Amino acid sequence: MRTGLISLATGILFGAGLALGGMTDPARVRGFLDIFGDWDPTLAFVMGGAVIVMAIAWRLVPRMAEPFAAEEFHLPTKSDLTPHLVGGAALFGIGWGIAGLCPGPGIAALVIEPAAAATFVVAMLAGMAVVRLAEGASS
Amino acid sequence: MTLPGFPEAAPLAGLAGGVLIGLAAALMLLALGRIAGVSGLAAKAVGLGGSGIRRSGAWMFVIGLPLGALVVMLMSGGIDASFANPVTLAIAGLVVGVGTRLGSGCTSGHGVCGVSRLSARSIVATLTFMATGIATVAVMNAFGLEVL
Repeated sequence: MRTGLISLATGILFGAGLALGGMTDPARVRGFLDIFGDWDPTLAFVMGGAVIVMAIAWRLVPRMAEPFAAEEFHLPTKSDLTPHLVGGAALFGIGWGIAGLCPGPGIAALVIEPAAAATFVVAMLAGMAVVRLAEGASS
Repeated sequence: MTLPGFPEAAPLAGLAGGVLIGLAAALMLLALGRIAGVSGLAAKAVGLGGSGIRRSGAWMFVIGLPLGALVVMLMSGGIDASFANPVTLAIAGLVVGVGTRLGSGCTSGHGVCGVSRLSARSIVATLTFMATGIATVAVMNAFGLEVL
């Protein structure tokens, strides 16, 4: 119950931040990536603001025995740079550049332009399912 | 406020939006002990793997995203946005879905949470997707492909 409410609050704050910062507008996102053309630096401010706040949050973690509303921290422990990581990130960037949408803004945009956002989100979930199936087949 | 030389830019709105995103990710980290990575949480919600949070929690986060955008939309009287055609959106979505699962994250998990933690994996992933994103837009522009 408490986890659910905190997750919902997190999602709402996150979605509001994406919309306010302009990330739900693919034209602005592509404008940010268009450094050789008519560059729009807005997204650098979005990322900068988010990273600064999170950098402070990370400093608090070692001082906490446990999270406020959970029993323990579940943080990524992998540190190896793998072909999957780099190849996956490279593919993701290509998809991001093509339509100017990444997962968060794609989902948040469901209230802005429902049909377009849903097309992107359903295709994204299909892509995730492909990876899931391939992983299942290779293990 | 505008930036000299960049009449289109909205630096203050961008910074405010970024701070909200940072606060959201900080809430997830400090309250629940988890990374606010959208691709992982979305995958988890629909049962395609992803982070270790309970599925109900992942759903609540995912549902919150459009609700948050709706709040901004209602308060600001509308959000400017132009989207690509359905075929382009479907191709992009498919590539984003495959890429984020293979690469274990997207702009939020790697770009915000991982970079701010100085994770080597996230810094490499972020530099990589920024580079290919920039290259993709540059190549599309060079070929005169206008999608928006």
